[in-house]
Amino acid sequence: MTDQGPLIPRNRAAHPVAYDIDYKTSVPRSPKWALLSYDSSITEETGPVYGHNVLGALDNNLILNWTKGAAPAVGERILMHGRVVDENNRPVPNTLVEIWQANAGGRYRHMKDTYFAPLDPNFGGCGRTITDDNGYYEFLTIRPGAYPWPNRANDWRPMHIHISVFGSAFGQRLITQMYFEGDPLIDLCPIAATIKSRSQLDRLVAPLDMAHSKPMDYLAYKFDIVLRGRRQTMFENKLEGM
Amino acid sequence: MVQKLDTLVETPSQTAGPYVHIGLMPSYCGNAGAYEQEIGLSPIEDGAAGEVIEIVGQVIDGTGWALRDAMIESWQADAAGKYPGQPGADPKVSGHCRFGADAETGEFTLRTIKPGPTPTRSGGQQAPHIALWIVARGINIGLQTRIYFEDEDNSADPLLARIEQRPRVDTLIARKTGDGTYRFDIRLQGDKETVFLDV
Ligand SMILES: [Fe+3]
Repeated sequence: MTDQGPLIPRNRAAHPVAYDIDYKTSVPRSPKWALLSYDSSITEETGPVYGHNVLGALDNNLILNWTKGAAPAVGERILMHGRVVDENNRPVPNTLVEIWQANAGGRYRHMKDTYFAPLDPNFGGCGRTITDDNGYYEFLTIRPGAYPWPNRANDWRPMHIHISVFGSAFGQRLITQMYFEGDPLIDLCPIAATIKSRSQLDRLVAPLDMAHSKPMDYLAYKFDIVLRGRRQTMFENKLEGM
Repeated sequence: MVQKLDTLVETPSQTAGPYVHIGLMPSYCGNAGAYEQEIGLSPIEDGAAGEVIEIVGQVIDGTGWALRDAMIESWQADAAGKYPGQPGADPKVSGHCRFGADAETGEFTLRTIKPGPTPTRSGGQQAPHIALWIVARGINIGLQTRIYFEDEDNSADPLLARIEQRPRVDTLIARKTGDGTYRFDIRLQGDKETVFLDV
């Protein structure tokens, strides 16, 4: 196995803060002491690999996958698509991307979701796919509804899709959320506001992408994802690695 | 103005939220069948080489309450210290597991094989350990930590050596509770706060 170099240390300022009084659950769940910073080792530089053999034919089609193709989900049909690249702007190919979301009414198919918006019998709310050689991925789904949640007296989550990405190393593991261009609830959301850099938060807002929409079928939203990269140099390239 | 760098900035994390199981552990939240083949159900198959062990614990918040909604991922080497994908790695070890806290007790169980020591870039060794990544509602970026073992020689491990406050090393060591069984609690805050990693 060639040594691809250590992971680039995380720029923690690019990420949300751990403790935020306006996101109440973070108060007892945020570590108080400093993280132990450490150069990545083989443990973080390797990671699980899942191939096409785990995928079912409809796994990236949330409109149809819950009913195995029998009946479409209710809601505004959208294509969510984009590329996964690393900090060196290199594509991350053949990596598993998983998503989950509420239905068009803002209700999750989960035993703990008690919101009175109805479940859609034709919508499960999860999907997954594997990026192609250029790091490209796509999902067909419905636009999730906004929903209220118990935090401050009247907090609502903007429309969002949860995304989990593996990359090629366990240290690249990332979960984030995609928001939708033009949603006024983004600026009111205490979870979005845990990201203190406006330009970083903007990167979670997917633009409407008419060029990739399909007339009389679906709208498209583009969402690119950047994972941590490797600190490789030409010099390190020539060294005998692990 | 200076020249523009060619490097990009990592996409920011957001909390996994309370419904992370819908996407990553559908059978855990009653949605079995969402996928024909769910991933991360076990880090080993029958016949994996090494000692089968079971690690039980809780993720405990700053008030002492065990989280019921946390999801943990583990990543580890095989019994010979080879990571899946490396030449000669045990094909019965996927090394990756997803597990959740029990909805009643908040207790999680990881059943796996004990990993072997793994090499460092500088020619040393890391003591046997399992890497963890913890996500939940209220956790804005996944928390990284490691499980080491009480009954292994941890004295030369380079990561543990970096912990200045020596009593804190204990927060990364699983305690033996029986034959092949261990206890490992993760404390998000408080006097015994677990050492979390920026690695
Ligand atoms: Fe959500």
